[in-house]
Amino acid sequence: MKLPGWKELVEIGPIILEPGNAREYKTGDWRTFRPEIDYSKCTTCLFCWLFCPDSAISFDGKRVEINYDYCKGCGICAAECPVKCITMKEEEK
Amino acid sequence: MKTTFKKIAIEGNEAAALAFKQVNPDVVAAYPITPSTEVVQKFSEYVANGEVDTEFVPVESEHSAMSACIGASAAGARVMTSTASQGLALMWEMLYIASSLRLPIVMTVANRALSAPINIHGDHSDSMGARDSGWIQIYSENVQEIYDNIFQAVRIAEDPQVRLPVMVNFDGFITSHSEEILEVLDDDLVRRFIGEYKPKYSLLDVDHPMTMGPLALFDSYFEFKVAQAYAIANSLPVIKKVGREFGDLTGRYYDLIEKYHTDDAEYIIVAMSSTCGTVREVVDELREKGEKVGLLKIRVFRPFPLEEISNALKNAKVVGILDRSIIPGSFSGPLYHEIVSGMYHLDKRPIFQPYVYGLGGRDITTEHIKNVFTQLQEIEKLGRPKNLIYIGVRE
Repeated sequence: MKLPGWKELVEIGPIILEPGNAREYKTGDWRTFRPEIDYSKCTTCLFCWLFCPDSAISFDGKRVEINYDYCKGCGICAAECPVKCITMKEEEK
Repeated sequence: MKTTFKKIAIEGNEAAALAFKQVNPDVVAAYPITPSTEVVQKFSEYVANGEVDTEFVPVESEHSAMSACIGASAAGARVMTSTASQGLALMWEMLYIASSLRLPIVMTVANRALSAPINIHGDHSDSMGARDSGWIQIYSENVQEIYDNIFQAVRIAEDPQVRLPVMVNFDGFITSHSEEILEVLDDDLVRRFIGEYKPKYSLLDVDHPMTMGPLALFDSYFEFKVAQAYAIANSLPVIKKVGREFGDLTGRYYDLIEKYHTDDAEYIIVAMSSTCGTVREVVDELREKGEKVGLLKIRVFRPFPLEEISNALKNAKVVGILDRSIIPGSFSGPLYHEIVSGMYHLDKRPIFQPYVYGLGGRDITTEHIKNVFTQLQEIEKLGRPKNLIYIGVRE
Protein backbone atom coordinates (compact mmCIF):
# COMPACT_ATOMS: atom_id res chain seq x y z
CA MET A 1 0.00 0.00 0.00
CA LYS A 2 1.39 3.39 -1.00
CA LEU A 3 0.97 5.92 1.79
CA PRO A 4 -0.11 9.46 0.77
CA GLY A 5 2.10 12.54 1.11
CA TRP A 6 0.75 15.54 3.02
CA LYS A 7 -0.15 17.42 -0.17
CA GLU A 8 -2.72 14.75 -0.96
CA LEU A 9 -4.34 15.25 2.46
CA VAL A 10 -4.79 19.06 2.60
CA GLU A 11 -8.13 18.97 0.83
CA ILE A 12 -9.69 15.86 2.38
CA GLY A 13 -8.31 15.67 5.94
CA PRO A 14 -8.33 12.47 7.98
CA ILE A 15 -11.20 10.74 6.18
CA ILE A 16 -11.25 7.32 4.53
CA LEU A 17 -13.76 7.19 1.68
CA GLU A 18 -13.31 3.52 0.76
CA PRO A 19 -14.72 1.44 3.61
CA GLY A 20 -13.54 -2.06 4.50
CA ASN A 21 -9.92 -1.45 3.58
CA ALA A 22 -8.21 -2.78 6.72
CA ARG A 23 -7.08 -5.77 4.62
CA GLU A 24 -4.77 -3.43 2.71
CA TYR A 25 -2.87 -2.61 5.88
CA LYS A 26 -0.40 -5.47 6.18
CA THR A 27 0.60 -5.77 9.81
CA GLY A 28 2.97 -8.70 9.30
CA ASP A 29 6.01 -6.42 9.40
CA TRP A 30 5.35 -5.73 13.08
CA ARG A 31 6.57 -9.31 13.72
CA THR A 32 9.88 -10.05 15.42
CA PHE A 33 9.22 -13.78 15.96
CA ARG A 34 7.79 -16.00 13.24
CA PRO A 35 5.62 -19.04 14.02
CA GLU A 36 6.48 -22.10 11.96
CA ILE A 37 4.36 -25.25 11.86
CA ASP A 38 5.92 -28.70 11.77
CA TYR A 39 3.21 -30.41 9.74
CA SER A 40 4.64 -33.86 10.54
CA LYS A 41 3.48 -33.34 14.16
CA CYS A 42 0.32 -31.29 13.49
CA THR A 43 -2.93 -33.11 14.37
CA THR A 44 -5.17 -30.43 12.78
CA CYS A 45 -6.87 -29.82 16.14
CA LEU A 46 -7.51 -26.17 15.01
CA PHE A 47 -6.53 -24.66 18.39
CA CYS A 48 -4.15 -22.24 16.62
CA TRP A 49 -6.86 -21.32 14.10
CA LEU A 50 -9.29 -20.73 16.98
CA PHE A 51 -6.95 -18.72 19.22
CA CYS A 52 -5.22 -16.49 16.64
CA PRO A 53 -6.35 -12.93 17.62
CA ASP A 54 -5.65 -11.58 14.13
CA SER A 55 -7.47 -14.33 12.17
CA ALA A 56 -4.14 -14.83 10.43
CA ILE A 57 -4.44 -18.62 10.43
CA SER A 58 -6.71 -20.13 7.81
CA PHE A 59 -8.08 -23.67 7.40
CA ASP A 60 -8.92 -25.00 3.96
CA GLY A 61 -10.55 -28.23 5.19
CA LYS A 62 -7.29 -30.14 5.07
CA ARG A 63 -4.66 -28.18 6.95
CA VAL A 64 -4.02 -24.89 8.75
CA GLU A 65 -1.90 -22.20 7.16
CA ILE A 66 -0.37 -19.01 8.59
CA ASN A 67 -0.80 -15.82 6.59
CA TYR A 68 2.44 -13.94 7.20
CA ASP A 69 1.03 -10.70 5.72
CA TYR A 70 -1.02 -10.27 8.91
CA CYS A 71 0.60 -12.51 11.58
CA LYS A 72 2.13 -10.13 14.18
CA GLY A 73 4.10 -12.95 15.80
CA CYS A 74 2.35 -12.80 19.18
CA GLY A 75 3.06 -16.51 19.82
CA ILE A 76 -0.39 -17.42 21.14
CA CYS A 77 -0.67 -20.24 18.57
CA ALA A 78 2.63 -21.75 19.71
CA ALA A 79 1.61 -21.46 23.36
CA GLU A 80 -1.80 -23.07 22.79
CA CYS A 81 -0.68 -25.88 20.45
CA PRO A 82 -1.27 -29.10 22.48
CA VAL A 83 1.36 -31.10 20.56
CA LYS A 84 3.90 -28.24 20.47
CA CYS A 85 4.34 -28.38 16.70
CA ILE A 86 4.60 -24.55 16.34
CA THR A 87 7.98 -22.96 17.07
CA MET A 88 8.69 -19.23 17.22
CA LYS A 89 11.80 -18.36 15.23
CA GLU A 90 13.43 -14.94 15.41
CA GLU A 91 13.01 -12.99 12.19
CA GLU A 92 16.22 -12.11 10.40
CA LYS A 93 16.85 -8.77 8.77
CA MET B 1 -27.33 51.73 -3.95
CA LYS B 2 -27.09 52.71 -0.34
CA THR B 3 -28.89 50.30 1.90
CA THR B 4 -30.17 51.49 5.24
CA PHE B 5 -30.30 49.09 8.12
CA LYS B 6 -32.38 49.06 11.25
CA LYS B 7 -30.45 50.24 14.31
CA ILE B 8 -31.08 48.85 17.76
CA ALA B 9 -29.41 49.09 21.18
CA ILE B 10 -28.20 45.67 22.27
CA GLU B 11 -25.64 43.93 24.49
CA GLY B 12 -22.74 42.00 22.96
CA ASN B 13 -23.96 38.58 24.01
CA GLU B 14 -27.48 39.26 22.82
CA ALA B 15 -26.12 40.49 19.49
CA ALA B 16 -24.30 37.17 19.20
CA ALA B 17 -27.52 35.30 20.00
CA LEU B 18 -29.35 37.39 17.39
CA ALA B 19 -26.71 36.47 14.81
CA PHE B 20 -27.11 32.79 15.77
CA LYS B 21 -30.85 33.16 15.28
CA GLN B 22 -30.41 34.69 11.83
CA VAL B 23 -27.97 31.94 10.84
CA ASN B 24 -30.56 29.41 12.09
CA PRO B 25 -28.05 26.57 12.52
CA ASP B 26 -29.08 22.90 12.47
CA VAL B 27 -27.58 22.15 15.89
CA VAL B 28 -26.49 24.22 18.90
CA ALA B 29 -25.00 22.23 21.79
CA ALA B 30 -23.92 24.52 24.58
CA TYR B 31 -23.43 24.99 28.29
CA PRO B 32 -23.75 28.43 29.88
CA ILE B 33 -20.81 30.14 31.55
CA THR B 34 -20.14 33.72 32.65
CA PRO B 35 -19.62 36.04 30.78
CA SER B 36 -20.98 34.18 27.77
CA THR B 37 -24.22 32.88 29.35
CA GLU B 38 -26.67 35.20 27.59
CA VAL B 39 -25.67 33.89 24.16
CA VAL B 40 -27.04 30.47 25.05
CA GLN B 41 -29.79 31.79 27.31
CA LYS B 42 -31.19 34.14 24.67
CA PHE B 43 -30.79 31.55 21.94
CA SER B 44 -32.69 28.95 23.98
CA GLU B 45 -35.55 31.45 24.14
CA TYR B 46 -35.55 31.65 20.34
CA VAL B 47 -35.68 27.85 20.30
CA ALA B 48 -38.52 27.72 22.85
CA ASN B 49 -40.48 30.34 20.89
CA GLY B 50 -40.11 28.39 17.67
CA GLU B 51 -38.19 31.23 15.99
CA VAL B 52 -35.44 28.87 14.79
CA ASP B 53 -35.37 25.30 13.46
CA THR B 54 -32.34 24.40 15.54
CA GLU B 55 -31.93 21.17 17.48
CA PHE B 56 -30.78 22.61 20.81
CA VAL B 57 -28.77 20.22 22.97
CA PRO B 58 -28.47 21.42 26.59
CA VAL B 59 -25.49 19.34 27.67
CA GLU B 60 -24.00 18.76 31.12
CA SER B 61 -20.55 20.26 30.48
CA GLU B 62 -18.50 22.10 27.90
CA HIS B 63 -16.59 18.92 27.12
CA SER B 64 -19.92 17.38 26.15
CA ALA B 65 -20.95 20.56 24.32
CA MET B 66 -17.96 20.36 21.99
CA SER B 67 -18.32 16.58 21.70
CA ALA B 68 -21.94 16.95 20.61
CA CYS B 69 -20.95 19.71 18.17
CA ILE B 70 -18.30 17.44 16.68
CA GLY B 71 -20.78 14.58 16.25
CA ALA B 72 -23.39 16.84 14.68
CA SER B 73 -20.87 18.52 12.39
CA ALA B 74 -19.45 15.18 11.28
CA ALA B 75 -23.01 14.15 10.47
CA GLY B 76 -23.19 17.15 8.13
CA ALA B 77 -25.07 19.71 10.23
CA ARG B 78 -24.37 23.46 10.48
CA VAL B 79 -23.28 23.74 14.11
CA MET B 80 -22.68 26.62 16.52
CA THR B 81 -21.85 26.98 20.20
CA SER B 82 -20.60 29.47 22.74
CA THR B 83 -18.36 29.43 25.79
CA ALA B 84 -15.69 31.25 27.85
CA SER B 85 -12.76 30.71 30.18
CA GLN B 86 -13.01 27.46 32.21
CA GLY B 87 -15.58 26.22 29.73
CA LEU B 88 -13.13 26.60 26.86
CA ALA B 89 -10.47 24.97 29.02
CA LEU B 90 -12.77 22.01 29.65
CA MET B 91 -13.29 21.65 25.89
CA TRP B 92 -9.55 21.39 25.43
CA GLU B 93 -9.10 17.90 23.95
CA MET B 94 -12.23 18.21 21.83
CA LEU B 95 -11.03 21.51 20.28
CA TYR B 96 -8.16 19.63 18.66
CA ILE B 97 -10.47 16.90 17.40
CA ALA B 98 -12.87 19.43 15.86
CA SER B 99 -10.10 21.17 13.93
CA SER B 100 -8.19 18.01 13.00
CA LEU B 101 -11.35 16.42 11.60
CA ARG B 102 -11.85 19.64 9.61
CA LEU B 103 -15.31 20.35 11.02
CA PRO B 104 -16.68 23.86 10.31
CA ILE B 105 -18.08 24.59 13.79
CA VAL B 106 -18.56 28.26 14.74
CA MET B 107 -18.08 29.18 18.40
CA THR B 108 -18.18 32.51 20.19
CA VAL B 109 -15.86 32.99 23.14
CA ALA B 110 -16.42 35.87 25.57
CA ASN B 111 -12.77 36.02 26.62
CA ARG B 112 -12.31 35.68 30.37
CA ALA B 113 -9.45 35.05 32.79
CA LEU B 114 -8.59 31.52 33.91
CA SER B 115 -8.64 30.44 37.56
CA ALA B 116 -7.00 30.59 40.09
CA PRO B 117 -7.76 32.91 41.77
CA ILE B 118 -11.26 32.76 40.40
CA ASN B 119 -12.17 35.74 38.26
CA ILE B 120 -15.03 36.22 35.83
CA HIS B 121 -13.74 39.26 33.93
CA GLY B 122 -12.12 39.83 30.60
CA ASP B 123 -8.67 38.84 29.45
CA HIS B 124 -7.33 36.65 26.65
CA SER B 125 -5.91 33.77 28.72
CA ASP B 126 -8.60 31.35 27.57
CA SER B 127 -8.35 31.76 23.81
CA MET B 128 -4.57 32.24 23.88
CA GLY B 129 -4.38 28.91 25.67
CA ALA B 130 -6.19 27.43 22.68
CA ARG B 131 -4.01 29.18 20.11
CA ASP B 132 -2.31 25.94 19.01
CA SER B 133 -5.55 23.98 18.74
CA GLY B 134 -5.95 24.55 14.99
CA TRP B 135 -9.01 26.80 15.23
CA ILE B 136 -9.26 29.98 13.22
CA GLN B 137 -9.40 32.85 15.74
CA ILE B 138 -11.08 36.19 15.02
CA TYR B 139 -11.16 38.97 17.64
CA SER B 140 -13.99 41.52 17.80
CA GLU B 141 -13.52 45.11 18.97
CA ASN B 142 -17.15 45.97 19.69
CA VAL B 143 -20.72 44.68 19.57
CA GLN B 144 -21.15 45.34 15.85
CA GLU B 145 -18.02 43.34 15.12
CA ILE B 146 -19.22 40.37 17.17
CA TYR B 147 -22.40 40.31 15.11
CA ASP B 148 -20.63 40.81 11.77
CA ASN B 149 -17.84 38.34 12.55
CA ILE B 150 -20.29 35.51 13.28
CA PHE B 151 -21.76 35.64 9.75
CA GLN B 152 -18.30 35.82 8.24
CA ALA B 153 -17.17 32.93 10.47
CA VAL B 154 -19.90 30.72 9.04
CA ARG B 155 -18.77 31.50 5.50
CA ILE B 156 -15.07 31.03 6.29
CA ALA B 157 -15.58 27.77 8.23
CA GLU B 158 -17.75 26.20 5.53
CA ASP B 159 -15.69 27.35 2.55
CA PRO B 160 -14.76 24.16 0.64
CA GLN B 161 -11.13 25.34 0.62
CA VAL B 162 -11.12 25.74 4.41
CA ARG B 163 -13.48 23.40 6.33
CA LEU B 164 -12.16 24.40 9.74
CA PRO B 165 -13.76 25.56 12.99
CA VAL B 166 -13.78 29.29 13.75
CA MET B 167 -13.66 30.95 17.16
CA VAL B 168 -15.19 34.44 17.31
CA ASN B 169 -13.69 36.17 20.34
CA PHE B 170 -14.73 39.31 22.20
CA ASP B 171 -13.81 40.75 25.59
CA GLY B 172 -15.80 39.32 28.47
CA PHE B 173 -18.04 41.92 30.17
CA ILE B 174 -16.26 44.81 28.43
CA THR B 175 -17.93 43.91 25.13
CA SER B 176 -20.19 40.98 26.05
CA HIS B 177 -22.20 43.13 28.45
CA SER B 178 -21.86 46.54 26.78
CA GLU B 179 -25.02 47.93 25.29
CA GLU B 180 -24.16 49.52 21.98
CA ILE B 181 -25.89 50.54 18.78
CA LEU B 182 -26.10 47.67 16.31
CA GLU B 183 -26.98 47.81 12.64
CA VAL B 184 -29.12 44.75 12.13
CA LEU B 185 -29.05 42.94 8.81
CA ASP B 186 -32.22 41.65 7.17
CA ASP B 187 -32.77 37.90 7.53
CA ASP B 188 -32.86 37.59 3.74
CA LEU B 189 -29.53 39.33 3.39
CA VAL B 190 -27.98 37.04 6.00
CA ARG B 191 -29.38 33.96 4.28
CA ARG B 192 -28.00 35.08 0.94
CA PHE B 193 -24.60 35.88 2.43
CA ILE B 194 -24.11 32.60 4.31
CA GLY B 195 -25.90 30.42 1.76
CA GLU B 196 -27.10 26.89 2.30
CA TYR B 197 -24.60 24.53 3.90
CA LYS B 198 -23.75 21.58 1.70
CA PRO B 199 -21.26 19.42 3.62
CA LYS B 200 -18.62 17.83 1.46
CA TYR B 201 -18.44 14.79 3.73
CA SER B 202 -21.22 13.56 5.98
CA LEU B 203 -21.39 10.49 8.17
CA LEU B 204 -25.14 10.34 7.47
CA ASP B 205 -24.46 9.95 3.75
CA VAL B 206 -25.28 6.22 3.81
CA ASP B 207 -24.66 5.84 0.10
CA HIS B 208 -21.04 6.83 0.65
CA PRO B 209 -19.93 5.24 3.93
CA MET B 210 -16.68 6.68 5.30
CA THR B 211 -14.40 6.70 8.31
CA MET B 212 -13.45 9.96 10.00
CA GLY B 213 -10.35 10.25 12.16
CA PRO B 214 -8.95 6.73 11.91
CA LEU B 215 -5.79 5.57 13.65
CA ALA B 216 -2.68 7.12 12.07
CA LEU B 217 0.57 6.10 13.71
CA PHE B 218 4.18 7.07 13.02
CA ASP B 219 3.76 6.24 9.33
CA SER B 220 0.90 8.73 8.70
CA TYR B 221 0.11 11.10 11.61
CA PHE B 222 2.84 13.58 10.61
CA GLU B 223 1.43 13.95 7.07
CA PHE B 224 -2.04 14.65 8.46
CA LYS B 225 -0.76 17.38 10.78
CA VAL B 226 1.26 19.09 8.02
CA ALA B 227 -1.81 18.94 5.79
CA GLN B 228 -3.87 20.56 8.57
CA ALA B 229 -1.28 23.32 9.00
CA TYR B 230 -1.51 24.08 5.28
CA ALA B 231 -5.30 24.01 5.39
CA ILE B 232 -5.44 26.76 8.02
CA ALA B 233 -2.75 28.78 6.22
CA ASN B 234 -4.88 28.50 3.06
CA SER B 235 -7.78 30.17 4.88
CA LEU B 236 -6.02 33.59 4.87
CA PRO B 237 -7.17 34.58 1.35
CA VAL B 238 -10.65 33.20 2.09
CA ILE B 239 -10.93 35.33 5.25
CA LYS B 240 -9.91 38.40 3.21
CA LYS B 241 -12.37 37.58 0.42
CA VAL B 242 -15.27 37.04 2.84
CA GLY B 243 -14.44 40.33 4.61
CA ARG B 244 -14.56 42.18 1.28
CA GLU B 245 -17.83 40.57 0.24
CA PHE B 246 -19.36 41.41 3.61
CA GLY B 247 -18.26 45.02 3.10
CA ASP B 248 -19.85 45.14 -0.33
CA LEU B 249 -23.15 44.13 1.25
CA THR B 250 -23.05 46.24 4.41
CA GLY B 251 -20.48 48.99 3.93
CA ARG B 252 -18.41 47.52 6.76
CA TYR B 253 -15.25 46.02 5.29
CA TYR B 254 -13.10 43.58 7.25
CA ASP B 255 -9.50 42.49 6.79
CA LEU B 256 -6.97 40.34 8.66
CA ILE B 257 -5.59 43.41 10.39
CA GLU B 258 -6.67 47.03 10.63
CA LYS B 259 -4.09 49.75 10.12
CA TYR B 260 -4.99 52.99 11.85
CA HIS B 261 -2.57 55.80 10.96
CA THR B 262 0.29 53.30 10.72
CA ASP B 263 1.59 54.22 7.25
CA ASP B 264 3.74 57.15 8.41
CA ALA B 265 3.76 56.27 12.11
CA GLU B 266 7.00 56.22 14.09
CA TYR B 267 5.41 54.72 17.19
CA ILE B 268 2.78 52.00 16.87
CA ILE B 269 0.76 50.12 19.46
CA VAL B 270 -0.39 46.61 18.53
CA ALA B 271 -3.53 45.43 20.31
CA MET B 272 -6.55 43.19 20.00
CA SER B 273 -10.27 43.41 20.75
CA SER B 274 -11.84 46.22 22.81
CA THR B 275 -8.54 47.87 23.76
CA CYS B 276 -8.20 48.95 20.13
CA GLY B 277 -11.03 51.43 20.70
CA THR B 278 -9.11 52.98 23.58
CA VAL B 279 -5.88 53.18 21.56
CA ARG B 280 -7.70 54.71 18.59
CA GLU B 281 -8.99 57.49 20.82
CA VAL B 282 -5.46 58.29 22.01
CA VAL B 283 -4.02 58.09 18.48
CA ASP B 284 -6.61 60.68 17.36
CA GLU B 285 -5.69 62.98 20.24
CA LEU B 286 -1.92 62.70 19.72
CA ARG B 287 -2.23 63.02 15.93
CA GLU B 288 -3.96 66.36 16.46
CA LYS B 289 -0.82 67.46 18.30
CA GLY B 290 1.23 66.29 15.32
CA GLU B 291 2.68 63.15 16.87
CA LYS B 292 3.30 60.31 14.44
CA VAL B 293 1.54 57.52 16.28
CA GLY B 294 -0.60 54.66 15.06
CA LEU B 295 -2.54 51.56 16.00
CA LEU B 296 -2.29 48.11 14.47
CA LYS B 297 -5.31 46.00 15.31
CA ILE B 298 -4.94 42.25 14.98
CA ARG B 299 -8.34 40.95 13.96
CA VAL B 300 -7.24 37.48 12.89
CA PHE B 301 -4.70 35.84 15.19
CA ARG B 302 -5.01 32.33 13.74
CA PRO B 303 -3.92 31.86 11.03
CA PHE B 304 -1.30 34.47 11.90
CA PRO B 305 -1.17 37.10 9.12
CA LEU B 306 2.58 37.63 9.36
CA GLU B 307 3.10 39.24 5.96
CA GLU B 308 0.44 41.90 6.53
CA ILE B 309 1.70 42.59 10.05
CA SER B 310 5.34 42.84 8.91
CA ASN B 311 4.43 45.28 6.15
CA ALA B 312 2.43 47.42 8.56
CA LEU B 313 5.14 47.57 11.22
CA LYS B 314 8.50 47.39 9.45
CA ASN B 315 8.95 51.14 8.93
CA ALA B 316 8.08 52.18 12.49
CA LYS B 317 10.75 53.16 15.00
CA VAL B 318 9.29 51.55 18.13
CA VAL B 319 6.34 49.21 18.45
CA GLY B 320 4.60 48.47 21.74
CA ILE B 321 2.87 45.08 21.73
CA LEU B 322 0.00 44.80 24.18
CA ASP B 323 -0.81 41.31 25.39
CA ARG B 324 -3.91 40.70 27.51
CA SER B 325 -2.61 37.36 28.74
CA ILE B 326 0.43 36.25 30.64
CA ILE B 327 2.77 33.31 30.10
CA PRO B 328 4.36 32.56 33.48
CA GLY B 329 7.96 31.57 32.88
CA SER B 330 8.32 33.42 29.59
CA PHE B 331 9.59 36.89 28.78
CA SER B 332 6.39 38.21 27.16
CA GLY B 333 2.85 37.44 26.09
CA PRO B 334 1.94 35.37 23.01
CA LEU B 335 1.31 38.26 20.59
CA TYR B 336 4.82 39.59 21.23
CA HIS B 337 6.33 36.15 20.61
CA GLU B 338 4.57 35.76 17.27
CA ILE B 339 5.32 39.22 15.92
CA VAL B 340 8.91 39.50 17.07
CA SER B 341 10.03 36.03 15.99
CA GLY B 342 8.13 36.42 12.71
CA MET B 343 9.91 39.70 11.87
CA TYR B 344 13.36 38.74 13.18
CA HIS B 345 14.82 38.02 9.75
CA LEU B 346 13.84 41.34 8.19
CA ASP B 347 16.76 43.66 7.39
CA LYS B 348 14.89 46.63 8.77
CA ARG B 349 12.68 46.23 11.78
CA PRO B 350 11.54 48.37 14.69
CA ILE B 351 12.36 47.96 18.37
CA PHE B 352 9.60 45.89 19.96
CA GLN B 353 8.56 46.54 23.54
CA PRO B 354 6.51 43.85 25.33
CA TYR B 355 3.58 44.81 27.55
CA VAL B 356 1.07 42.78 29.55
CA TYR B 357 -2.08 44.55 30.69
CA GLY B 358 -5.66 44.11 31.77
CA LEU B 359 -5.49 40.68 33.40
CA GLY B 360 -8.72 39.63 35.08
CA GLY B 361 -10.54 42.61 33.60
CA ARG B 362 -8.20 45.30 35.02
CA ASP B 363 -9.06 48.60 33.31
CA ILE B 364 -6.89 49.95 30.52
CA THR B 365 -7.45 53.69 30.20
CA THR B 366 -6.48 56.38 27.71
CA GLU B 367 -3.96 57.60 30.32
CA HIS B 368 -2.27 54.18 30.26
CA ILE B 369 -2.10 54.26 26.46
CA LYS B 370 -0.66 57.81 26.44
CA ASN B 371 1.96 56.62 28.90
CA VAL B 372 2.83 53.71 26.57
CA PHE B 373 3.40 56.12 23.67
CA THR B 374 5.67 58.22 25.93
CA GLN B 375 7.61 55.10 26.91
CA LEU B 376 8.02 54.11 23.25
CA GLN B 377 9.81 57.43 22.64
CA GLU B 378 12.10 56.81 25.63
CA ILE B 379 12.86 53.31 24.34
CA GLU B 380 13.88 54.79 20.98
CA LYS B 381 16.50 56.91 22.80
CA LEU B 382 17.58 53.85 24.78
CA GLY B 383 18.01 51.92 21.50
CA ARG B 384 16.70 48.64 22.91
CA PRO B 385 13.53 47.33 24.60
CA LYS B 386 13.08 47.17 28.34
CA ASN B 387 12.02 44.00 30.12
CA LEU B 388 8.33 43.16 29.99
CA ILE B 389 6.29 46.10 31.33
CA TYR B 390 3.05 45.44 33.22
CA ILE B 391 0.48 48.19 32.77
CA GLY B 392 -1.59 49.27 35.78
CA VAL B 393 -0.39 46.74 38.35
CA ARG B 394 0.48 47.57 41.98
CA GLU B 395 4.05 46.86 43.04
